[in-house]
Parts: sequence; C-alpha cells; structure tokens
Amino acid sequence: MEFKIANKAKMLTLILMGLGALCLIIGIISDLGSHHLTQRLLVNGLTNGFYFFALALGALFFLALQYATESGWYASVKRIIEAQAGFLPYGIGLLGLVLLIITLMDGAHIYIWMDPEVVKSDPIVAGKAFYLNKIFFWVRTIAYFGVYYWYFWGFKKRSLLEDKVGGTDLHFTNYKKAAVFLVFFAVFSSTSAWDWLMSVDVHWFSTLFGWYTFAGMWCSAMVVLVLTVLYLKKLGYLPKVNENHIHDIGKWVFATSFLWSYLFFSQYMLIWYANIPEEVTYYVTRTQDFRFVYFFMFIINFAFPMLILMSRDAKRHAGILSFVGLIILAGHWLDVWIMVSAGSMGTNAHIGFIEIGMAVLIAGFFIRILLTNLSKAPLTPVNHPFLDESIHHEI
Amino acid sequence: MHKEAAIREPLILGHKSYHDITEDVCRPIEDKAPKMWYILFGIAAIIGLYGVGCILYLLGTGVGVWGLNKTIGWAWDITNFVWWVGIGHAGTLISAVLLLFRQKWRMAINRSAEAMTIFAVFMAGLFPLIHMGRLWLGYWVLPLPNQFGSLWVNFNSPLLWDVFAISTYLSVSLVFWYIGLIPDFATIRDRAKKPVAKKMYSILSFGWSGRAKQWNRFELISLVLAGLATPLVFSVHSIVSFDFATSVIPGWHTTIFPPYFVAGAVFSGFAMVQTLMLVMRKAMGLEAYIHTKHVEYMNIVIMVTGSIVGTAYITELFVSWYSGVEYEAYAFINRASGPYWWAYWSMMTCNVLSPQLMWIKKLRTSLIFTFIISIVVNIGMWFERYVIIVTSLHRDYLPSSWSMHFPSHIDIGVYVGTIGLFFVFFLLFARFFPVLPLNEVKTILKSSGESYKNAPDAHHGDDKH
Repeated sequence: MEFKIANKAKMLTLILMGLGALCLIIGIISDLGSHHLTQRLLVNGLTNGFYFFALALGALFFLALQYATESGWYASVKRIIEAQAGFLPYGIGLLGLVLLIITLMDGAHIYIWMDPEVVKSDPIVAGKAFYLNKIFFWVRTIAYFGVYYWYFWGFKKRSLLEDKVGGTDLHFTNYKKAAVFLVFFAVFSSTSAWDWLMSVDVHWFSTLFGWYTFAGMWCSAMVVLVLTVLYLKKLGYLPKVNENHIHDIGKWVFATSFLWSYLFFSQYMLIWYANIPEEVTYYVTRTQDFRFVYFFMFIINFAFPMLILMSRDAKRHAGILSFVGLIILAGHWLDVWIMVSAGSMGTNAHIGFIEIGMAVLIAGFFIRILLTNLSKAPLTPVNHPFLDESIHHEI
Repeated sequence: MHKEAAIREPLILGHKSYHDITEDVCRPIEDKAPKMWYILFGIAAIIGLYGVGCILYLLGTGVGVWGLNKTIGWAWDITNFVWWVGIGHAGTLISAVLLLFRQKWRMAINRSAEAMTIFAVFMAGLFPLIHMGRLWLGYWVLPLPNQFGSLWVNFNSPLLWDVFAISTYLSVSLVFWYIGLIPDFATIRDRAKKPVAKKMYSILSFGWSGRAKQWNRFELISLVLAGLATPLVFSVHSIVSFDFATSVIPGWHTTIFPPYFVAGAVFSGFAMVQTLMLVMRKAMGLEAYIHTKHVEYMNIVIMVTGSIVGTAYITELFVSWYSGVEYEAYAFINRASGPYWWAYWSMMTCNVLSPQLMWIKKLRTSLIFTFIISIVVNIGMWFERYVIIVTSLHRDYLPSSWSMHFPSHIDIGVYVGTIGLFFVFFLLFARFFPVLPLNEVKTILKSSGESYKNAPDAHHGDDKH
C-alpha cells in the first residue's frame, strides 16, 4: 500500500518548523549582545544535530540487528524502520555542518582541545593531542558518516530490489552485511560518542560513555518507531500490523529504557562511590549546576517507562504508548543537551527560546523527511522471507 | 501455533513423534547407567573429595595455607568465585532472556544449562565462605538482628550487595528450574515400574496431573519467573563487578565494568554449556534434539559476547592512555609487559582472538572445533579474572609493598576440587533428571520438527503420546 502524506500533516510540519523558527528568532534577538550567543547556538546545533542523527542511526542499527538475528516478526514494519533510517543523510548534513562550524571557529569553546592556546597551556589536553586534533577528528568523523551511509544505502537498495526479484539470495546478503555493519557499529558508536560528546568535557573520561550514549540512541529510535507505526495505523495504513507488533515494539521501548537506566546507574554510581577528583567533577557539575533538569531527566527516562509500560495492556494501548513515548523523547533530548551544554557553557546554560525553538524546528523537519520517505516506497515489503511469520504474529 | 518460515532450519531432526520424544528423554533414566557413567562419576568424586579434604585442612589450619600475602589479599579464591558465578550465568540467560526473545532452539539446552547454573553458583558460593576461615560464622554476612554488640553488616559494601544478589539469583534460578521439571517428573512417574522410583518421582512431581488448568498456571508462572530472572542476569554480575569497580585501585575502577562483566559471564557460561552439551548429546543419544544448528547458534552467542568483551578490553586500554592518569596507564602497561604478561596474553588469545574464528561457518559448525574452543574460552575467562585481580593488586602504590602471588597446593586443590564436585552434581543430574524439557520440546515438534516442517500433509498418524 502506498502512503500519501495528508495535507494536514504537511501543514502541521510546516507549522512546527515555522513556530520553531519564530521561537529561535525571538531567542536570538533577545539574546543579542550576550557574548555567549554564538556558543549557545552551536551547543544547540550540536545537541540537535547529534540527537536527530541518532534517531536515524538507531533505526539503521535496529534494522541491521533484525537482519543479523534473522528475526521474523518485524517484517511488516520493516519499511517504517527504513524510512526512519532514511533521515540519515540529512542527519549527517546537519551534524556535519555544526561540526564544521565548530572546527572553523577553533572549537568555539565547545571543543576546547581545538584551540591551540588551550593545548599550549594545558598539559592534560596536550597529552591527548595525538587523538584529539582537528585532522584526526575529521578523518574519524568522515569514516563514521561514510560507513553508516554506505550500509544504509545498500540495505535500502536491496530492500526495494527484493520486492521485485524475491528469492532468498538478498536475504542472506543482508544477513552477512548486517553482521559486518554491527562490527563497525560496535566500535564506531563508542568512538564517535567520545569524539562528538565526551570530548566536550575534555579532561574527563569514562569507559562506559560510548555504551551509555548508544543506549539512549537506541531507546529514542524505538520510541520514534512505535509512534510512527501508531500514526500510520490510525490513518488506516498497515492492515497487516496488529497489536502484537505494537506490543513487541513497546517491549523494545521498555527494555531499552531499562538498558539506558542500568548504564546510567552503573556510570553514575561507580564514579560517585570512588569519588576521584578527575572523574567526579563531571557529575558535580551536573548535579550542582543542573540539579533539577539532570535528576528530572533521569526520573522521566527511568520511572515513566518502568511504571507505566510494565503491564502488557499498556504496551498495546496507543494512547499510553504515545504519551510515554513523547516524554521519553523529550527526556533523551535533555540528556544529550546536558551532556553538551554542561561541559561547555556550565552555569551560563539554560533552557529558553533558542533551545526550544531549534529543537522544534528540527523536529518538524525530521517529521517531514520521515513522512516523505514513507511515501517513497510501498509500506509493506512483498517478498521478505519472514513476511508470513510476521503477518501471523501473535503473542 | 506460530507460523515458521520455510527457510528456517528444523530444530528436531528425523521422524520423531510425541512418543519418541518421551522415549528418548526417559530411557537413559530408566535403563541401567552405562559403564562410562560410573567411571566418570568415580573420577569426579575422587577429585571432589580431594577438594573437600583441602577445604577441611584449610578450615583446621587457617586461610594462611593459601598463597596470599599482605599485598595480594585476593587471588585464586576470588578468581574462582567470579569464574564460577560467570559460568552460572548462561542458564538463566537461556531460560529467561531467550524465552522473552522467543528463541525456540533454547528448549534443547535450557534444562541442562539451568542445572549447570545452579551447580556453578553452589561452587561459587563456597569460596567467600571458605575465605572467612570460620565457616560456622558464615551467617554473619546476613543482616540478622543480634546481641553480639556492634556486629552489623556494612550496607555500603558491594560485598554485602553480592550476598543479596547471589542468594536471590540462586533462589530464583532454583525455583525456575524446578517448576520446569515438575511436568517432566510426572511423565517419568507415570512410566516408572519400580515402586521406589515411582514413589520418589511422585513426590518430586508435586502431584502434577496435567490438567489444562495446571498447564495454564504453569505457563503463567514461567513467564512471571522469566520476567523476574531477566534483571537478575544483569544484576548479579554487575554487582560482582562492583566488588572491584567501586574501589580506587587502577585497573579495577572503570565504569565499563558492569556491562562488560555481564557479557564475559554469558561468554563463559555458554562455553561451559557447549562443553557439557557436546558430550551429553553423544552419550545420551540426543543428537536429533541438539544438533549442528544449536551448536552454531551457541557459537554465535559466544562470538558476539567474546567480541563485546574484546571491545571492552580495548576501550579500557585506550581510556587508560586517554585519561592521562599515570597510575591507570601503568596498570595496563604492567599487565601486558610486567611479570604477569603470560596471563594477560593468554587471556587476550583465548577471549578475543579465538572466538573470532567463529566467523567462519565451517569452524562454527564443526563439533570438535567447538569443543576445543569452548574449553579455551573458559581457560581464558579464568585468566581474565586472575589478570584483573592479581595484576592490579601486586603493584601496590608503595613500591616497597610490591609482591608476587604463587598459589599453594591448597589453592590448586580447592579449585580443582570444585570442578570435581561440579561434575559430581552434573552427572547425578544427567542420571536421574530429564535432561531435556520433554513436554516443552513437544510444543515445537509440529512447527520445527524436520518431518512436519513444510510437509504438505501436516497430520501424521503416529503422534500418539
């Protein structure tokens, strides 16, 4: 079945983008003259660039995971995952642009290790210069973007081809490619989190940081997936998708929320317990300067999914899933925002028109791209070898 | 019944009927034990008794009979403890997590894996108890109201969290395992001819009658227990890792420890399952139920968890340099090039390199190769704990306290003894308990049995119970 973007949806995304832009402009005007303005804009650019890029990358990872594990149930929602992963080139563009501006501005007080003055005067930063320098940073960044895009392009091509030719050859190609992709992803998801996010707090280090960031990405991607499926169901699309599929995606939201909370706790507790100055400074900044938002973020990302999505019925209820999902999305956005802004702006950071405006603007853009991608391919694949399993899925 | 795609390989080979499954599982219990069983049991019992002797000697003499010294206060004891707890992880993962992921192949191995889990946790629990030196005061680790004055547990200590985590894990695993056994015990009871056996299995099966209502409750409780057990898979080894990671010892304090210990535990647990299953399927004639496909799936799990562990090693290594902390960097350089270099490189070879061979389909479907790798992995995982524990301790902050650890023959005796005891338990299990969940296996016969799967006529006449 072909999906057509309803006029209402078109209007809505335009309104979102318009409202976001308006908010952003008001924020900029009211902040004119403040010498933090550029930094603030870039902090938000990095936050949103990474966050929306991660929504697409999380979907790509999930798709690869389904191929590599030979899952069956997901076949009838596969195209939605692909449409979500289809934001990847735009995410790469957004994030790449922000990173480029930051690099051209010698770090813009966000990546202070890009500033030659800092490297000269700070022996710890100088000690990391072999890894943290502009050239190597861009070599890595381009490698991440390149590999991710290459695999996305291949999966998408083979998925559409499978509709035409059928057979199982493409399935086994996907199986192998997905396994190799997961190897790249396992390394890159950690190193890219160090490069883009951990290096904001350049003195600080945590071995778990990459996995923690990955868990947040995975969880947010699952939420977007379930919300998109619910939206399409509501419009009468996806007749083959029933509440069992929604229940399964709901379980992923629930499980990845727990995974994220588990990693949050592991990282936080170990650093708090050992109380070593080099390490604990990260959380001192966050729990003192960002006390309310930080714990609020943790509570909504942990308690909401745990308490509300625990029951079977909740995971099958569109209203509850959408409510919790939207909250989790906001929660993980806050997580990324605190990662970036606490490390760079410290006490000067706060949530105002600029933060909300830019997030809403890019969210509108993301939704528009997602809907456009959905309309470009049939919503249900026809020759997927597990399609029959998925259609008869019942749990 | 769930639909199953044509391209999925069958899980039960050959023309099995429901009755054949019952026969195949029950016959080894009802027949006389083969001579090989007595030989293996004898060997395991002798080794186990030697271990018990070493433990008794230790209790009579004191913990000083171990090779510990003032710098290295933890060595083989805690290494063995963590090693056994790790092995004890696969059972719950297979029965709970794979149940939630609807992996039907788990049914071939879950019963024995759970049994293995429980016996491994027994062995693990021994070490902290012996380490106290005064076994009879073991209950002091529990927060019991008492009148001994200031005797009270320290809730800030991860060692106490361990007590809670492991005892919870053991209880839930035991209940989960036993609940699954009840219907199978009832099947054996119904078939038993000798009065003593009939009486015993009748007690063990709690009066199971197989009514629909009982099955209904059985499935419900299985799901509830799986839900309870899943967080336990994570919590137990995370808390074991806290024993090290909450401290400020270089090489111990690193935030990646909890998930990486969990991955390592699953890695070693699956390796132990492989070791046991490959022998058992042959010895008990279960080749139709545990075949190459199952071995391949388990090898893939070993490969994935081994790669996670490898990624964590490299992350630690990188961050020890990146951190710019002199002590951190030294701890890792010393591991690789100091006096314990051989332990470090054994660990790297066994845990990081060897599972990568599983990328080759020919190797991961070869039973002999799998058997070798499964043992290599467990050697590697023992070395991992040894490297983490001993190399981090042996270079104290003060060079005057630097030291080396040499195991005494009691260290070795206790460790080898636990392996003997473990096999004593496992052989008894294989002799008297249904090693396959026969009633569960029957549920997948029609969807995943070779003769039923993709057959045009889905109804064979011979499927009587």
